[in-house]
Amino acid sequence: MNIFSLEKRSAIPPLLKQGRASKRRVSNAGFLLLSLLSVAGFVAAIFINRLFPQIAEVKISAYAIGAFPDLSINQAYQIVLGGLILLYIGIAVFSFFDEARREQFIKRVPFRFAIGLALALWDVLGTKLQSLPQPFFPGPAKIIESFLMEGPYIWQNTLYSLRLFAVGFLVGVAFGVGTGILIGWFPKVYYWVYPVLKITGVIPAVAWMPFALTLFPTPFLAAAFLIVICAWFPVAFLTAQGIQSTPKVHFEVARTLGAKTPYLVFRVAIPHALPQIFTGISTANAYAFTTLVMSEMMGQPGGLGYYINASKVWSAYYKVFAAIIVMAILFSLIMKGMGMLQNHVLRWQRGLVK
Amino acid sequence: MSKDIVLSIKGVDRTYVDEDGGAVEALRGINLDIKRGEFVSIIGSSGCGKTTLLRLIAGLDAPEAGSIALEGEPITGTDPHRGYVFQQGSLFPWLTVEKNIASGLVARGVYREQKADVARYIELIGLQGFEKAYPHQISGGMAQRVAIARALINRPSALLLDEPMGALDSFTRADIQDKLLELWRKNATTMLLVTHVVDEAIYLSDRIVIMTPRPGKISEILDVKMEHPRHRGGPAFLSLRRDILEKLNLASAAPQPEYII
Ligand SMILES: Nc1ncnc2c1ncn2[C@@H]1O[C@H](COP(=O)(O)OP(=O)(O)O)[C@@H](O)[C@H]1O
Ligand SMILES: [Mg+2]
Repeated sequence: MNIFSLEKRSAIPPLLKQGRASKRRVSNAGFLLLSLLSVAGFVAAIFINRLFPQIAEVKISAYAIGAFPDLSINQAYQIVLGGLILLYIGIAVFSFFDEARREQFIKRVPFRFAIGLALALWDVLGTKLQSLPQPFFPGPAKIIESFLMEGPYIWQNTLYSLRLFAVGFLVGVAFGVGTGILIGWFPKVYYWVYPVLKITGVIPAVAWMPFALTLFPTPFLAAAFLIVICAWFPVAFLTAQGIQSTPKVHFEVARTLGAKTPYLVFRVAIPHALPQIFTGISTANAYAFTTLVMSEMMGQPGGLGYYINASKVWSAYYKVFAAIIVMAILFSLIMKGMGMLQNHVLRWQRGLVK
Repeated sequence: MSKDIVLSIKGVDRTYVDEDGGAVEALRGINLDIKRGEFVSIIGSSGCGKTTLLRLIAGLDAPEAGSIALEGEPITGTDPHRGYVFQQGSLFPWLTVEKNIASGLVARGVYREQKADVARYIELIGLQGFEKAYPHQISGGMAQRVAIARALINRPSALLLDEPMGALDSFTRADIQDKLLELWRKNATTMLLVTHVVDEAIYLSDRIVIMTPRPGKISEILDVKMEHPRHRGGPAFLSLRRDILEKLNLASAAPQPEYII
């Protein structure tokens, strides 16, 4: 009996939390100082932008944006820097109360500081002195000008990309999981479909572009189809593997408990395959971004890839950079969202695998 | 055949084909009748066919010859009336303790009606407070108690246990043995336990089946006529133990550690 009570005392929370234990503690004052340091680079960038003389002959345009009737691109750049400063102060406040988050924050301080300084340097070289080759490497303020000039248009293209991605990716993943289960479960399906999957899977999806464009009524559907194929392959492949690698003992346990086939598939094989399914999904995610942008550059009426292409024709490289920045933010957010979903679904693995 | 025979095994043979195509006679001519509510242990060296026999009874495998019947019904496949506890690592890692125990109810489609049983069985195995823990967060002993509860929640008429404590230290083992006795008395389940530990067999069983390998067959069946709780150091206990070790040809040499406790 005493063993029971001993075990009971070792409650779960510490076990659940083990991965987050902190190594070194930082005093409140130290944390405050580091928070300031993390925004100091951006503050410096603002000062450089305001105080450094404009030596090269560059037109600093101004736009009427909302409440600002005459917003110069330098001011817009400063507002963006101010926004970053506020963002990091916000994160600092949010991290202040949690030991693990504090550590995360502190780890990134030098990097954020350096980014601020890099922006300042870029501003000087790109705008103030304009010593970088033009028009290929505009200064940061010039890139922000794209948003002042045609913000709504960029937004429209972003939405187009997002919609295309969502449709193609979700259908592709659903399709991939479905075929993966069939391949993994039925030896007959494995025999006939798996080789096809293996051969078609190595072909970059955009290679099908000419067919897709003739087979589908709209370019949107054609591109969605390409994204479906590129997402389908890794998801189907890994789902099938996950299903097939289910230990026999799990099926036997379930059968002795009275389970029939649906239980064996949906409550044993699929849960077991989930970690691999998610590996497939993140691979598919990366493929899908590539396919999305490439197909947009090859014949879509909209989207960020289209915007890049259209801007390049006019040598408006600052707009190309603007689109790239939007992509970076958008794709990171999508990846982050996927990561969070994965962590939630696979929470039973926490502490089990590194 | 008397009516209180729950499980009847007659002339069962099972031969495997090994990797080189050779035949391995895992079981030959097994005859065994088990009475309702009886606690029977099967003991024997590894490779003598204990797991094979248990899998045949569970319906996870089929014999080449002979018949196995539960309550007079020939066994044709798995059935929740025959619960099975595997040696280790058989919990579903993606389910919490609570959900693992409930999985028998879910598998039979009676979860909604019998949900309340889950908490009862968690209490029975003394794991309150660990309902939401995942298998990798609990100890091996706790995991085996969960596996036992998971099989018992289906209220099987026979529980088959294949070395469920094989991987546990002797303290945890003693602990689970007591738990098992308690559950056995409470539920009046017929128990069939495979073990290679002589003391465990004597401590728990009404009868001990001794098996010998190549071909796997029953060499002897011993009655244990001692009242519970049994004293592991008592004279009757020790003399029976010497008996069994002798039958296993281990008495003369220093007893091998795997057969003790
Ligand atoms: N699936 C199998 N294929 C081939 N041989 C097997 C298989 N399962 C068990 N055996 C053989 O049958 C014999 C009995 O095995 P088993 O019933 O597992 O013994 P025990 O549980 O008593 O250790 C052993 O010699 C083993 O190698
Ligand atoms: Mg065995």
